[in-house]
Amino acid sequence: MTALTGLSIAEARDGLKARRFSAHELAQAHLDGMAKARRLNAYITETPAIALRQAAESDARLKAGDARPLEGIPLGIKDLFCTKGTLTTAGSHILDGFKPTYESTVTANLWRDGAVMLGKTNLDEFAMGSSNMTSHHGPVLSPWRRRSGNADLVPGGSSGGSAAAVAARIAMGATGTDTGGSIRQPAAFSGIVGLKPTYGRCSRLGVVAFASSLDQPGPLARSVRDCAILLRSMAGHDPGDSTSVDTPVPDYEAAVGRGVKGLRIGVPKEYRVDGMPGEIEALWQQGVAWLEAQGATFAEISLPHTRYALPTYYIVAPAEASSNLARYDGVRYGLRVAGSSIDEMYELTRAAGFGPEVRRRVMIGTYVLSAGYYDAYYRKAQQVRALIARDSASAFETVDAILTPTAPSAAFAIGEKMDDPVAMYLNDVFTVPASLSGLPGISVPAGLSGDGLPLGLQVIGKAFDEETVIRTGAALEEAAAFNHKPDGLAA
Amino acid sequence: MSLDKTTVAKIARLARIRVPEADQEKLAGELSNILKFVEQLNEVDTRDVEPMTSVVATTLKMREDVVTVPGDRDAVLANAPLSEAGFFVVPKVVE
Repeated sequence: MTALTGLSIAEARDGLKARRFSAHELAQAHLDGMAKARRLNAYITETPAIALRQAAESDARLKAGDARPLEGIPLGIKDLFCTKGTLTTAGSHILDGFKPTYESTVTANLWRDGAVMLGKTNLDEFAMGSSNMTSHHGPVLSPWRRRSGNADLVPGGSSGGSAAAVAARIAMGATGTDTGGSIRQPAAFSGIVGLKPTYGRCSRLGVVAFASSLDQPGPLARSVRDCAILLRSMAGHDPGDSTSVDTPVPDYEAAVGRGVKGLRIGVPKEYRVDGMPGEIEALWQQGVAWLEAQGATFAEISLPHTRYALPTYYIVAPAEASSNLARYDGVRYGLRVAGSSIDEMYELTRAAGFGPEVRRRVMIGTYVLSAGYYDAYYRKAQQVRALIARDSASAFETVDAILTPTAPSAAFAIGEKMDDPVAMYLNDVFTVPASLSGLPGISVPAGLSGDGLPLGLQVIGKAFDEETVIRTGAALEEAAAFNHKPDGLAA
Repeated sequence: MSLDKTTVAKIARLARIRVPEADQEKLAGELSNILKFVEQLNEVDTRDVEPMTSVVATTLKMREDVVTVPGDRDAVLANAPLSEAGFFVVPKVVE
């Protein structure tokens, strides 16, 4: 790690403007770090030529005093975002060789604002997973290690490559997408900040679809302020995504440091789940104490349908996935396995192209949508989803934000929890409810487990009130003063 | 609901994913476990609850009924595994 790669986005922005270093030097420092950290497998595709070309343009603009908001800031892009002319895999074999002919709106917004692309980061296949173990391109290793041993750990998922890259200082920030926790859970496992915006805040155009009523792009970075800076560029209305909302994008960075004095924060009693490690419960209590000391008041709230969030999610998300993934047919892009009839070609292509977790989810989704089962499963789940959303809407009549742990454990080792898909799903028990309700949430690193691994706290806010989420997250961040670094950092 | 091999074969066919017979038993077990997990929802009283259709209450915007993305055949075909004379090529579907 060089001094340049250790900077925050805010610091780099100031340093570039003051011409203390160039965008080229900043990009090159990251590219060098990436080359040394390849064992992490955080990137599927490195794009040094693009990075250096964009950095050269940034340097020209900086020299001319014409800097854009993210001028020269090197980022990792989750390989679920279509990038024109650059391989986009979604972590799947079935998108082999796919080079989009168009750019996703979110990445186009980042380039418009001067950001620099380092490469495309690894992820669970089609963002289906909580460990990055389902990627066709192999697992990502977390740069963190337990104090008690050298086992390779997962970075979380599905935005695992993005989280590992940011934690390992081989990206200043990264894009992620969050369907049931895929930004917040890897942020918590990797000791960084991850922000899932309100559904509709960022455009989904050009983001490979998993579950369209849940998917939402958002930033991962090493501070709340950096996430706020990135979100301002990523967010905004897009006529190409009819669910993206046409409301002004606030200056999220201005919310950092506003403090929590006078905020009312809820602690949901239903989040005290059986078997939650004592250290996570203790950290949660510590979070309450930190915010109280800064002038927030707390109330216990009830979200009675919390325990039904995961079963609801595991109907809704696979159902939408089975529909979205119908497009992978061996005709229009990616892998094709020859067959004697068109149906045989479809079946062989999809059997070879999808990994086991994707096949399971597509089949569950197909089943719950099939004739005779739709009402019993899918309609039922959408009804319970309405009740879950109603729970949080009534809670937000009395509180401004909700504080919970992000995940029920610290990162686990590669290969653990792989035998039972349902056990893997439990990773998302604290993040899925906000996803189902479309609410914004942030995960902030708040402490270390007894074994030296990062633990995160989550703040959930009202729809389109990312500013309160950022304010509260920044207050937690300041109190926690989390300055631990992974010791597996590239030398 | 516990799924049997026949049902798994039927779902696989609907999903257009080839599942060899040797794998059907194992998959039936995995899918049954997931279904058992999601069937907890049967405990919830959902009488008179409208199913959610949109997570953010919003009215879809109207726009002029005009072409916004120009048709670019070469771009559409650029990633096709097999194309010929400006068309996608698939196995014969009409005798």
